[in-house]
Amino acid sequence: MSDTQLTPEELAGQKYKYGFTTDIAMEEFPKGMSEEIVRLISAKKQEPEWLLEWRLKAYRLWCESVEPAWAHIHHPPIDYQDYYYYAAPAKAAPKSLDEVDPELLKTYEKLGIPLNERAALAGVAVDAVFDSVSVATTFRETLAKAGVIFCPISEAVREYPELVKKYLGSVVPQGDNYFAALNSAVFSDGSFVYIPKGVRCPMELSTYFRINARNTGQFERTLIIADEGAYVSYLEGCTAPQRDENQLHAAVVELVAMNDATIKYSTVQNWYPGDADGRGGIYNFVTKRGACRGRNSKISWTQVETGSAITWKYPSCILQGENSVGEFYSVAVTNHHQQADTGTKMIHIGKNTRSTIISKGISAGKSNNTYRGLVRILPAASGARNFTQCDSLLIGEECGAHTVPYIENRNLSAKVEHEATTSKIAEDQLFYCRSRGLSQEDAVGLIVNGFCKDVLKELPMEFAVEAQKLLSVSLEGSVG
Amino acid sequence: MLEIKNLHARIGDKEILKGINLTVPTGEVHAIMGPNGAGKSTLSYVLSGRDGYEVTYGEVLYNGVNILELAPEDRAAAGIFLAFQYPVELPGVGNANFLRTALNAVRRKRGEPELDAVAFLKSARAAIKSLQMNEDFLKRNVNVGFSGGEKKRNEMLQMALLKPGLAILDETDSGLDIDALRIVSEGVNALRSPSFSALVITHYQRLLDHIVPDVVHVLAGGRIVRSGPKELALELEARGYAGVEAA
Amino acid sequence: MTALPTKKLEAWRYTDLRALERLSFGEVPAAAVPDLPAFAGPRVVFANGRMSQALSARLDHAQDFAPVQEHGPQSLAHINAEQAQDGLTLSVPAGVDAGALLMVSYNAGEMPFAAHLRHRITLGANARLMLIELVKGDGVYWHNPVTDISLHDGAVLTHIRLQQESAEAFNTTLIRANIAAGAGYEHFTATIGAKLSRTELHVSLLGEQARTDLNAAQLLRGEQHGDFTAVVRHAAPNCASRQTVKSVLADEAHGVFQGRVEVAKGAQKTDGYQMSRALLLSDHATMDIKPELEIFADDVKCSHGATIGALDAEQLFYLRSRGIDEPEARAMLIHAFLEEAFAPVTDEAAHGLLIEAIGKWWTTP
Repeated sequence: MSDTQLTPEELAGQKYKYGFTTDIAMEEFPKGMSEEIVRLISAKKQEPEWLLEWRLKAYRLWCESVEPAWAHIHHPPIDYQDYYYYAAPAKAAPKSLDEVDPELLKTYEKLGIPLNERAALAGVAVDAVFDSVSVATTFRETLAKAGVIFCPISEAVREYPELVKKYLGSVVPQGDNYFAALNSAVFSDGSFVYIPKGVRCPMELSTYFRINARNTGQFERTLIIADEGAYVSYLEGCTAPQRDENQLHAAVVELVAMNDATIKYSTVQNWYPGDADGRGGIYNFVTKRGACRGRNSKISWTQVETGSAITWKYPSCILQGENSVGEFYSVAVTNHHQQADTGTKMIHIGKNTRSTIISKGISAGKSNNTYRGLVRILPAASGARNFTQCDSLLIGEECGAHTVPYIENRNLSAKVEHEATTSKIAEDQLFYCRSRGLSQEDAVGLIVNGFCKDVLKELPMEFAVEAQKLLSVSLEGSVG
Repeated sequence: MLEIKNLHARIGDKEILKGINLTVPTGEVHAIMGPNGAGKSTLSYVLSGRDGYEVTYGEVLYNGVNILELAPEDRAAAGIFLAFQYPVELPGVGNANFLRTALNAVRRKRGEPELDAVAFLKSARAAIKSLQMNEDFLKRNVNVGFSGGEKKRNEMLQMALLKPGLAILDETDSGLDIDALRIVSEGVNALRSPSFSALVITHYQRLLDHIVPDVVHVLAGGRIVRSGPKELALELEARGYAGVEAA
Repeated sequence: MTALPTKKLEAWRYTDLRALERLSFGEVPAAAVPDLPAFAGPRVVFANGRMSQALSARLDHAQDFAPVQEHGPQSLAHINAEQAQDGLTLSVPAGVDAGALLMVSYNAGEMPFAAHLRHRITLGANARLMLIELVKGDGVYWHNPVTDISLHDGAVLTHIRLQQESAEAFNTTLIRANIAAGAGYEHFTATIGAKLSRTELHVSLLGEQARTDLNAAQLLRGEQHGDFTAVVRHAAPNCASRQTVKSVLADEAHGVFQGRVEVAKGAQKTDGYQMSRALLLSDHATMDIKPELEIFADDVKCSHGATIGALDAEQLFYLRSRGIDEPEARAMLIHAFLEEAFAPVTDEAAHGLLIEAIGKWWTTP
């Protein structure tokens, strides 16, 4: 955690060691991107030479590329030189819950977040707000016994350099896209998971438990490898809105599944969406991709996206291994002025590969919600199957719902099916619920949850319960 | 006459039929009974020439001709008719068009004159009437939106028109109520003659109350394990298949 | 000349015009005389980009061709405007049922040339017309017609197109239609010919109760490329659009369907439906589908579906087990597959022409 939050003094102390000639470190941290910043980050993290080169290559690719403009999102131009890419000076954290936005606290209450956790989520500067130390300890012992590696990626670079070197960028190369290049150049930290051959990870892994992964910052990098026959379920995010000072997020997640391995990756994203008038909020540009390298491997993405002012995110599967399976289950909710452009790519390369896409988009207020997906069947993917179902629900007459699927088939024996519908919450459904005593908002929550059922049932149980509450909370004030 | 000699067949790597020997003389009706997974449906598909079933050994002679070499349509022209357990739906294909195309294709190969639209309708209507079916059957798409019973009746209608020499009924009785069962039986019985034979594949004895077989065979584990007169079916009903397999 | 669109444009990601760009076009040769189908009604014939007075007959409501002002966003329309010297300008007065009109566009020549026709069809309130369009030719040419259609309140235009261009031809067809309240535009295109073709429709439903049916069948073989792109804009409430596109692809053919249903803010009670199905008959045939929905109103019923697959093995076996030969069984299934797209073509003459063309498609090698 502290890796990315070095003080100017600490920085200065390391200056000589790495022979930097810059003297900016004595001053405020410089804004903006440059080769120097990339070198500085790598040096601070005491990274090996290859990783520095890797980051520099990413930086050069980023300089050569342009921000993509194809998504159905609109925002003022982002001035990339106006951001801190390294240890942004922390704004003064609230000293107690009294200083926190009461709206945020009300939301925690509705979500049923335990009192002692609320402070941590709100970013209150207190030590050990909940009993995380003991949780973390038992947790680590259990994993170590099973041979599972679960640590910050910066630690993995030091402890398991061969694994990191082998897999980092092997699914999302540095130049994959503009935001992935940016992340590759300046990524701060993130999780590293390795599940050895034949091991079923004994518990659900979650960043929530890994306290030292909190505050991983705006350029998170996650790498998960499931070796032959391994199984892991990974939970990302937190159902409560997190206080965050960073407006720009560009994370990268890479998954690798070998023969007979399964990775289940669940996300609940609830970053600050901006206020009701569209002021503020996170820009979330995420590249998530899994490679089903081995036969019979499986990667399953489940996401519930309710936060951020802008969501740009397409968790994808590259189905290389014979009989490999890719799944994408998504709920995206937008309200007020939020914009979400999200979906998936299923690239069928191997024989008898199968993919399922279930996407549920809910638009309310003045928001725009786009499903964008690609199903590509390559010539060798004989017997490939895809089924896609995209449903949109509109609440109110000022929002937009868009569906942009691309289906490309290069194989005779493949079978691709795609269905999409758009509808609104029917007055008679609402009336029926209300005549049975439900409030308007409870009725909407109930109907929306029903609409999302096919996705929510893919979430681990305790996550699903919170996600359901979250859907209702996100849509508050959208009807009536 | 149908002669199956030491027939071995597999699906993929899995051997299902492991040496079937069976002779059905012309004019006789034989029943094949057996537990689930015995290979009953595989046998019917191998006889009618469906892809995906590989014959690894043995031969099947129908009136002296090895039919394993023939395409499905040529087996149909030769007089073999498979009544499907699950008749296939053909959206967009009208039943009348389908029946007439099939009938004329078969007639052409048998050296018989093709039927014009009027003659076809006449014989189709007669068959429909005898099967107590509604005439709108001809206007609907093949098996699309048909109830289970209607699909089976449609199979019988096709059989009545194509006039096969050998009918293979693959669990035609599954999912039928008593009225439909009667109609299927009457459809088969109406064709019974010294020049018609049938292979009735069924899990239950009740169909054999209506279509009385000359011989009953028990298929288990990919082989005929026992053959006997029609009373064998009653015995199986009473004692189950376990005893028979052991014997 | 305005530049051709490139694959960098999202609307052209699946259709590559570079082969067209490499052609150099000479003078338009003297008009050749096409075979004309037996057709009892009035007809208008275009040969090599010019109307043939001699071959046209009993044409009512037609006006002289006037130069083109082009303001649309499509670059092909600008190229057309720069080059077009002729086209059908037809205006059916309010309340008149103009019956059926046969329009034939025929292009033929020894050397490559381009034909840019600009057709304008206006139907007054409650007027009716059925336009049967035959597009064919011989040799190498680029046929780039633009048709602008304007339907006033309650008018109905039935537009049936049979595209049988020569095997070396390029066809880029742009059709734009503005549909007023209660009016209906019923379109059907059968794409059979051309080395590369793109049929692009932009239909705007501007008044309440306007409706459109955009149906198409693409039958492609060899190395043919066929693209059917349709954008329907629902700008008023209570409008309906229906699209069914069926593609049958043999050999190394490449089929494309791009469809977009746009529902503007306030266009409540929109009923939009879009279905694209493709049947691949060969290992090397490919299909790209992009069905889009862009919706800015909440009380709407919009859906789309897409499937790509081969002939169903079960169905094929069922037919064969009843004695039907494999080629005939395949033909039956392909015909059944196309049936849904054809069903709206109820006019006997038009239906006959289509059935004949499609019948030929799979019986000739």
